[in-house]
Amino acid sequence: MTYKMLDGNSAAVEAMKLAKVQVISAYPITPQSSISEKLSDLVESGELKAEYIRVESEHTALSVATTAQLTGARSATATASNGLALMHEILSMTSGNRVPIVMPVVNRGIAAPWTLWCEHGDSIAQRDTGWMQFYSQNVQEVLDLTLTTYKIAEHGDVLTPAMVCIDGFFLSHSLQKVKVPTQEEVDKFLGKYVLKNTYLDPSDPMFICNLTPPEDFTEMRYQQKVGMDNAIKVIEEVQKEFLSKFGRKLHIIEGYKTDDADVVLLAMGSMTGTAKYVVNKMRSQGKKVGIAKLTVFRPFPFEHIKNLLGDKKVIGVFDRSAGLGGQGGPVWSEVSVALKEFDIDIRSYIGGLGGRDVPADTIEKIFDELLSIQNREKDTHTQWIDLKKNAMEIREVIKHV
Amino acid sequence: MQRQQEKPTEKPKKFRVFGPVATRFTSSDTGSWRLERPKVRFEDCIKCGTCAMFCPVNIIEILKDQKECVIIDFNYCKGCGICSNVCPKKCIDMVPERGHE
Repeated sequence: MTYKMLDGNSAAVEAMKLAKVQVISAYPITPQSSISEKLSDLVESGELKAEYIRVESEHTALSVATTAQLTGARSATATASNGLALMHEILSMTSGNRVPIVMPVVNRGIAAPWTLWCEHGDSIAQRDTGWMQFYSQNVQEVLDLTLTTYKIAEHGDVLTPAMVCIDGFFLSHSLQKVKVPTQEEVDKFLGKYVLKNTYLDPSDPMFICNLTPPEDFTEMRYQQKVGMDNAIKVIEEVQKEFLSKFGRKLHIIEGYKTDDADVVLLAMGSMTGTAKYVVNKMRSQGKKVGIAKLTVFRPFPFEHIKNLLGDKKVIGVFDRSAGLGGQGGPVWSEVSVALKEFDIDIRSYIGGLGGRDVPADTIEKIFDELLSIQNREKDTHTQWIDLKKNAMEIREVIKHV
Repeated sequence: MQRQQEKPTEKPKKFRVFGPVATRFTSSDTGSWRLERPKVRFEDCIKCGTCAMFCPVNIIEILKDQKECVIIDFNYCKGCGICSNVCPKKCIDMVPERGHE
């Protein structure tokens, strides 16, 4: 183990290098670009023995990675935002054909309005494509989650691809001191990629993704559902093994000072780090608040959420995506259903969109609102928590007519 | 394609997989789609191989030392008529399927 100063993208690359990916096809897109660039540097210098295939789009990038993996090579790609949207069709191809690719997704809002900056709207929009989704809190988690995710995705009971979600810029471009395991340690943990399912081999041909009639389609989908269901147990096992081998604890959902908390805020991604700081600050003022950090969004860990939050009275759920047309944010919807058997007041918060920072102040404001709801001083809450007051009037154009 | 069908029968072993896949190519018999079939007038054929070169499914074989020198695999010929169109001697006729020959 060595310490390195890495940003989130470099940590993802470090993990892919340690997993010894053999085929890479990535198309650069801000803020993912440095992943593509660093991987190509590694291939050029010979540090990583892999085939780097240049492609003309994200659609092709994932097509190449998926089919390459079917020949028995651990394959890599990465994307963000509109690139992920362009991959949409192939995402379902990868998961439906049970190809366990691990893909870093550097979260960035989807245009329009054009943005380069962080929100979870891009990956949340792909939640039903049959991919697992892991959200990272910090750069160390980017590395650790990526490494463990290979083992989880490739497990014979799972065989489901996975996205490791990295908050654009907040994580992808911020340097942190990261513990990097040695190649031997990772080799022992991960091992070589072994094909456990269908394969592409000219000497023993099979036709993968043939037309599936109504007689079989439901069963194919059900097999995917079972893979997702199995994943929860496998994630627990792999995270346990990771803890014993590398000494760092990963979670499906982490309760930070939730045991005796009056109110809890559930959130994902880098803002949970800030939220932990706010929890400590407010606890020192005697306010009993806690944060639930959701790492695994797909498969949705409803049992874990019930166990962690079932006894609470007031919960806030912070969505870093707008969930347009929904009653609340997408994570809020799922949490509400998971906790439907309990009498809990669950409030939806939406914020941090298109790169808007989620500072301690915003989180403190949420906790204060939740506390006053819990004390029955207040009943309403501010769903769009960081919205400007003049939201409907912030643009003017000069008309020349 | 012909070889693909024969190959898996060598040492068959079953194992369970997940996802849509087929190893028996029963539905690949595209010959059943055919409405017209190419018929070669061998006496006019100069064995140039143009038809074989253009065939989109690559199922035409030229046997230069035989009288019936153009062999077409009718398991896969869809009857598209490209061979008939490109033939420099115009010696491939498209004749209707189903007993009109």
